[in-house]
Amino acid sequence: MQASTETVFLYPPTPLSARCYSHAKVETDEEFDARWVTYFSKPDIDAWELKKGMNTLIGYDLVPEPKILDSALRACRRLNDLASAIRILEAVKDKSGPHKDIYPYLIQELQPTLTELGISTPEDLGMDIL
Amino acid sequence: MCMLHLTTGRVGCLLSKQVVVALTSSGARMSSHGHHEVSDSVDMSQPMYWDRLDTPLPDRPWKDVLDSTDKSLKQKEKGPWTALSKEEKIALYRLKFNHTYPEMKRPSHEWKTVIGGMFIFFGITGLVVFWQGHYVYPPQPHTFGEEWQAKQVQRMLDMQINPIEGFSAQWDYKNKQWK
Repeated sequence: MQASTETVFLYPPTPLSARCYSHAKVETDEEFDARWVTYFSKPDIDAWELKKGMNTLIGYDLVPEPKILDSALRACRRLNDLASAIRILEAVKDKSGPHKDIYPYLIQELQPTLTELGISTPEDLGMDIL
Repeated sequence: MCMLHLTTGRVGCLLSKQVVVALTSSGARMSSHGHHEVSDSVDMSQPMYWDRLDTPLPDRPWKDVLDSTDKSLKQKEKGPWTALSKEEKIALYRLKFNHTYPEMKRPSHEWKTVIGGMFIFFGITGLVVFWQGHYVYPPQPHTFGEEWQAKQVQRMLDMQINPIEGFSAQWDYKNKQWK
């Protein structure tokens, strides 16, 4: 048996960029938003795609940006579905949870679209109370 | 003895209160099933409706079968929504959805039934325990008596049980009293 003259490192010193973390590319917030805006902007989006998109989006641990919601509301318009548009507004209000300032901000940002498309908020219709 | 009286009293008035609550709550539940869904089992091969906070858009609308007023409203929906009145918008929502989000999140009174039921069972258990103590347990050993206990304490002190940190350490031997 010969003694080895090489020193063996169990954990070779690696530069930061080569650490053993997942090499998956992390999507930025802007990329996420853009992806969803594109999804809902599909001109011939169908009802199933709208449902699937909204249900998935609401499943995420975030409140969607106004631009995504704008795209979704316009998709509702293309599908002649006012009820779903109102439902989406209810859903994002619920998603905000205890952060009561998010929903008014969203409505403020979406107001031009809401006025343009004629979408009334649940509050306008008195549906925000029991 | 005192505790038993309290228990029975609590059980008694709770029983009547819980009966009323049970009747009204189940009555409300029964009437809420008055829609066109099948009564005993749901056909899981068909798209389902649901009211879920985390899944806002269900597979099918609430009201499938539309009468002529509904149909004409749906036609109007194809035009500009600015032309719809508030009532029409609400009607369109109610065609597609059963409960609004606030209605989904309405508080139920179930907790009262749960707590009440808990107390009832505590009470029943208390009665059982008391009956058992009276009818089942054998007489207490003679060593539990006042006189015996006093003699026992005196003996323990005489033996200086735990004289440093425990029993006898609490006894003031000089002044013949507890410290």
